[in-house]
Amino acid sequence: MRYAETGINLEIDLTRGNIEKVATDPRESELYLGGLGTNTKILWDRVPPETKPFSPENLLIFGTGLLCGTPATGCNRTIVSTISPQSELMAFSMMGGFWAPELKYAGYDKVILRGKSSDLVYLWINDDKVEIRDASHLRGKGAIETAELIKQELKEPKAQVAAIGMAGENRVYYASIEQGRSSASRGGIGAVMGDKGVKAIVVRGTKDINLAQPAEYLGLCNEILEYIKKREGNPIPGVMPILAGLGSPQEMKVHDEKWHTENFMWGNSRVRRKDFWNEDIAKEWEETMEKARTRLVSCFNCPMECGATISMPGLPTYMMKCFTKLTYTMGAFSDLDFGLSIAQKATEYGVDGFSAPQVMAFALELLENGILTDADFPEMPEDSEGRFYYLLDKIVRREGIGDVLANGTYWAAKEIGKGADAYAHNNIKKTEQLPLKLSMLNPVYFIMYATGEKFNITQIEGQFPQAPFATKEEREAFVSDWIQVPDEKFKQILLDWEFRGEYSNPYYPTVEMSCDIVDWQETMHYIDDALGQCAGLSSFPLKPPYHIHNYPKFISAGAGIDMDKDKLTQAAKRYRTLVRAFNIRRGMRRKDEKPPENHWKKRFPELEEQLLDAYYKLKGWNSDGIPTQESLHELGLDYVSEDFLARGILTDGEDVSIEAATETESN
Amino acid sequence: MSKGKKTTIIKTLKINVDKCNGCRACEVICSSFHAMPKYSSNNPSRSRIRVNRDPLRDVYVPVYAGEYTMSECSGRHQYTIDGKEYDECSFCRASCPSRDEFREPDSGLPLRCDMCEGEDEPLCVKWCLADALSYEEREVEVEEEEGAPEVVEMGLEALVDRHGIEKVAEIVAQISKNLKR
Repeated sequence: MRYAETGINLEIDLTRGNIEKVATDPRESELYLGGLGTNTKILWDRVPPETKPFSPENLLIFGTGLLCGTPATGCNRTIVSTISPQSELMAFSMMGGFWAPELKYAGYDKVILRGKSSDLVYLWINDDKVEIRDASHLRGKGAIETAELIKQELKEPKAQVAAIGMAGENRVYYASIEQGRSSASRGGIGAVMGDKGVKAIVVRGTKDINLAQPAEYLGLCNEILEYIKKREGNPIPGVMPILAGLGSPQEMKVHDEKWHTENFMWGNSRVRRKDFWNEDIAKEWEETMEKARTRLVSCFNCPMECGATISMPGLPTYMMKCFTKLTYTMGAFSDLDFGLSIAQKATEYGVDGFSAPQVMAFALELLENGILTDADFPEMPEDSEGRFYYLLDKIVRREGIGDVLANGTYWAAKEIGKGADAYAHNNIKKTEQLPLKLSMLNPVYFIMYATGEKFNITQIEGQFPQAPFATKEEREAFVSDWIQVPDEKFKQILLDWEFRGEYSNPYYPTVEMSCDIVDWQETMHYIDDALGQCAGLSSFPLKPPYHIHNYPKFISAGAGIDMDKDKLTQAAKRYRTLVRAFNIRRGMRRKDEKPPENHWKKRFPELEEQLLDAYYKLKGWNSDGIPTQESLHELGLDYVSEDFLARGILTDGEDVSIEAATETESN
Repeated sequence: MSKGKKTTIIKTLKINVDKCNGCRACEVICSSFHAMPKYSSNNPSRSRIRVNRDPLRDVYVPVYAGEYTMSECSGRHQYTIDGKEYDECSFCRASCPSRDEFREPDSGLPLRCDMCEGEDEPLCVKWCLADALSYEEREVEVEEEEGAPEVVEMGLEALVDRHGIEKVAEIVAQISKNLKR
């Protein structure tokens, strides 16, 4: 018997309308766990580098995490992997909510889509019964609206629906997949779903999920719940409110937006408004939120209430979480009322709340600077809010200039030319980033921005405080119960870290320390993404309930896979390296690993090169960011080496010369 | 049987629908606790507590399984509370043929909440950190009469309803014969 996982993947060939249930190899779970890990293995095996995002050979994989649907609190993530139309690299956007556990209860670990349907369809997975159904009547419908209509027509109020809106249907490069209170938004995976002709995947499951060592597992779950209660009762002092507790940043709960509105950039990630927040705005925004918010809501089996039901006057109800609260507001230099209203439309259309407002602000900047002209925006309203609504509509319908903007700032700038690329200034690997522009280079963040392959800083940062604590007492208090560290050395780094002087950014944490911190943070995120655990209870917040010391026990008792700290760290390293290998095979190299040039005002080119060199070395990658033969061998990834050698990406014996070169340099 | 007055302890769950965040942890832990062996699996559709949820209409009603009933009731009333419409069924605790709630998904046998016998408090209460569920014991005076059917009786009753007494008796006899061998 398989534990925690079902051992069955659903393989759906949309071109032929063929549905297969395929048993998976338990050895793969041992090596790659599940979720992101096994998704990546499938992509590596079956999607050669010549494959384009919108080719029928591209796969779209909806993977559940290894422990999804077990009683482990907060373990509910769906990991969606494919080739991103935006970056043309691997996208692995994720969503919480209720979909992944439902799929497990239906008896499947993954849904793997290949080919393309000629007509718009939706998939109906009802335990053993799986159907491809006509969705032509749902064309153009909103993502949330679609979910409601399908549940009604199937008379299945308990079904869980992941759907795309018009943006996905029209292959907008930053289209999302929406699922009630959650969405998988980054990387344009909704566009791939639309390209495959799939409007929605609907799931209902009524089967059991088994555990290997039931009593031990429940004991671990109870410890997590006790820890959450304790931790929520004792918020971390000395950090901003949204980082003091657990969960995703508590944007739906916390009204004080001084930090975001004064430190993050407005418009096309340009303008900092240092004195924006005042009593009047605080009062007005609080009123707006209180009136709009009907309830704080959770994902499956999680007590954190990171989402909210939002009803703006005169608009259909929708659900929201996290930073989309402010992205439209700040992109358009408007207020919260506008932000919550346009987000309703954007959610139904199904677009990424980070990219979409930046693309719109980018377009308006091009207009302001004469690169685009009034003729590109026929009948556009005068006011900023009106213009955003106008642009959103044009983009999701791919009408006029919207057809260009639908490809994101990078590709749009290329097409527009005339120096437009200078305005697409906030991208990493062709993908819009959070609107942040800071002063002093932070070495830890430099490495994360440069090397992260998840397109989003929030999906790699966490655990280690973002800034030093002011006093020695605060630092000592913080490390006193810091049980999550994989190694005691991290405590000392924090104890010594200062705002100014010798022990401050950019030279402290030192290169080596910075690499270790990033490696820890990234490892935890990758573990979460394979287990299906929400980062909000694990890799993102300070002092989370899940960590490297209790995760192996969860995997052993839950999935029956014998696990310890080293083996788990090694497994995470294995599929993290495989993600990199997949992207390397698609052409990604060191030259692509760059934070936006203006991300920090004070840059240190020499230090930055050292940071990259050292981090690559720690990860077992050569100086171009390519995993070496030796490190691939250690991870049991010889099949990657063979492929690299055959393609001339690596040449035999190259590792040695690079090692030698690095040594000579450091000498 | 002689009828008189006696005091008895009634165990109940107090449900605050305003506090429910719809996470369904109650369903997970309930089905896990009642798995055989204990905690060996979980499956919300076997749970004896269910959250009737309709997020876009802000409907969140945890309901725990009560009596088994052979036939549907005639009540299909609609209630409007704070501007939200609820079916009468949304609050109903019965294991009833009109719906899949509170019946084993494979056998169709009825399920009933037993307040997690042997635990300090029902585990759904323990696992509801939102405090939508709380446990209460109340002392009440009742007419002395036969207690509510136990789980086995309830199950048998449902089988009799479905297959007839003769069929059930025949199978029980067959099973006991096999056991004696």
